[in-house]
Amino acid sequence: MTEQDDIEQLIRQMADDLRARLEAARVRDALMVGIHTGGLWVAERLHALLGLEQPLGELDISFYRDDFSRIGMNPQVRPSRLPVSVDERHIVLVDDILHTGRTIRAAMNELFDYGRPAAITLAVLGERSGRELPIQADVVGRHFDLGEHEHVKLSGPEPLRLSILEAP
Amino acid sequence: MRRHSLQHDSEGRLHHLLTIEGLKRQQIIDILDTAESFVSVGDRQVRKVPLLRGKTVVNLFFEASTRTLTTFELAAKRLSADVLKININTSATVKGESLLDMLHNLEAMQCDMFVVRHADSGAAHLIARHVAPHVSVINAGDGSHAHPTQALLDMFTIRRRKGEFAPLTVAIVGDIKHSRVARSLIHALTTLGVSELRVVAPKTLIPAAVESLGVHVFHDLDEGLRGADVVIMLRLQKERMQGAMLPSEAEYFATYGLTEEKLALAKPDAIVMHPGPINRGVEIASSVADGPQSVILEQVSNGIAVRMAVMSMALGRAPAEGEGA
Repeated sequence: MTEQDDIEQLIRQMADDLRARLEAARVRDALMVGIHTGGLWVAERLHALLGLEQPLGELDISFYRDDFSRIGMNPQVRPSRLPVSVDERHIVLVDDILHTGRTIRAAMNELFDYGRPAAITLAVLGERSGRELPIQADVVGRHFDLGEHEHVKLSGPEPLRLSILEAP
Repeated sequence: MRRHSLQHDSEGRLHHLLTIEGLKRQQIIDILDTAESFVSVGDRQVRKVPLLRGKTVVNLFFEASTRTLTTFELAAKRLSADVLKININTSATVKGESLLDMLHNLEAMQCDMFVVRHADSGAAHLIARHVAPHVSVINAGDGSHAHPTQALLDMFTIRRRKGEFAPLTVAIVGDIKHSRVARSLIHALTTLGVSELRVVAPKTLIPAAVESLGVHVFHDLDEGLRGADVVIMLRLQKERMQGAMLPSEAEYFATYGLTEEKLALAKPDAIVMHPGPINRGVEIASSVADGPQSVILEQVSNGIAVRMAVMSMALGRAPAEGEGA
């Protein structure tokens, strides 16, 4: 269990890391995009800490899931909103936990249906083992060493709390 | 295994969409919410999502249609489905092949969904009863029975314009008796729970015992429009004129036509809707149809998102118990 203070601290470190990266790459006018729902909570905090000029974008990847024909339509799907064009823009994609990599693949597919980004940087609050696709994060808050039957879950939005759960 | 109803699977999820009757309030809300997420797809560089990749949708239109057929086709294409349009006039049914034989042939070609428009009430139900378990049927209008996707897109349009349903007074004006749109609208609006639902028409165009559906009947247009938030005009089927149900187009327009003057009786921010195609100068004046309170073209664009929602929900179900994958 990681408590709220730790998480806010983790997000501040992530913001510092991101700022340094964006400055080193001379990125101006980056568009930050949070993935529903946990990724958006983390993105809201990062966005405020970095003071980004462009409003925060949000993605719901339900229409891009690769398991749609097995699990069906997510009844709680929300509209994706990108406030500005992604064409030739540097995107900072934010999610809560990087696990298999399938969510990030779906999010990148969706982003490319909005246009052609200049680059995508991936920032995640937590990453764990179990990758099924060749996807890595650029900025990571914390690494979790988990057993095969354990899961890490972010709850929020106030307060943010990370819990490690036994899979049923 | 007993089915909950023909249009739901054993887990209560939408399998076919045949009528609004039997849909729970929450199920209608879920469809409208899902449609909301599909609206932005139309504003992107790539107006497509990959949800129904590899699925085949067949539009079976036994009756002429432009708006409904086109928006169903666009909706399926924006979901990345393959779409087939069977032109019934040139198909085998005119060569004596039965409807069900044709369906079974289409199933043998691995089609996943039939969108059906037919002049006979109950046609979509008949097809839904006979298709293979994995196939979904969407009713795109059957006789004077139902037109559920039209009612849903109208609910979507009302919600986007007005927010909540509870405080609204809605007036449906015109040929209630022969209109499948009216029937589906009445079921949708009473399920969602508007403050007052009115139907406005001459006695000859009101079905018997319509009050039992929870509507107030008005024969006077002025009274029916007074204080309304939403005015839904129905198309006057010109063929009804011959049945001595109505005097003349000119007289109908004078009594039941929506003019600017009549519309002024409704609330100042009332919206005017029409499922199309419009008979200008018969049920509605051009100045109203094209006027600032008209949302008629919005209804057409909303039809795409709502049909995307219905199609993806019906085809995006994990197979229920006893159903082939």
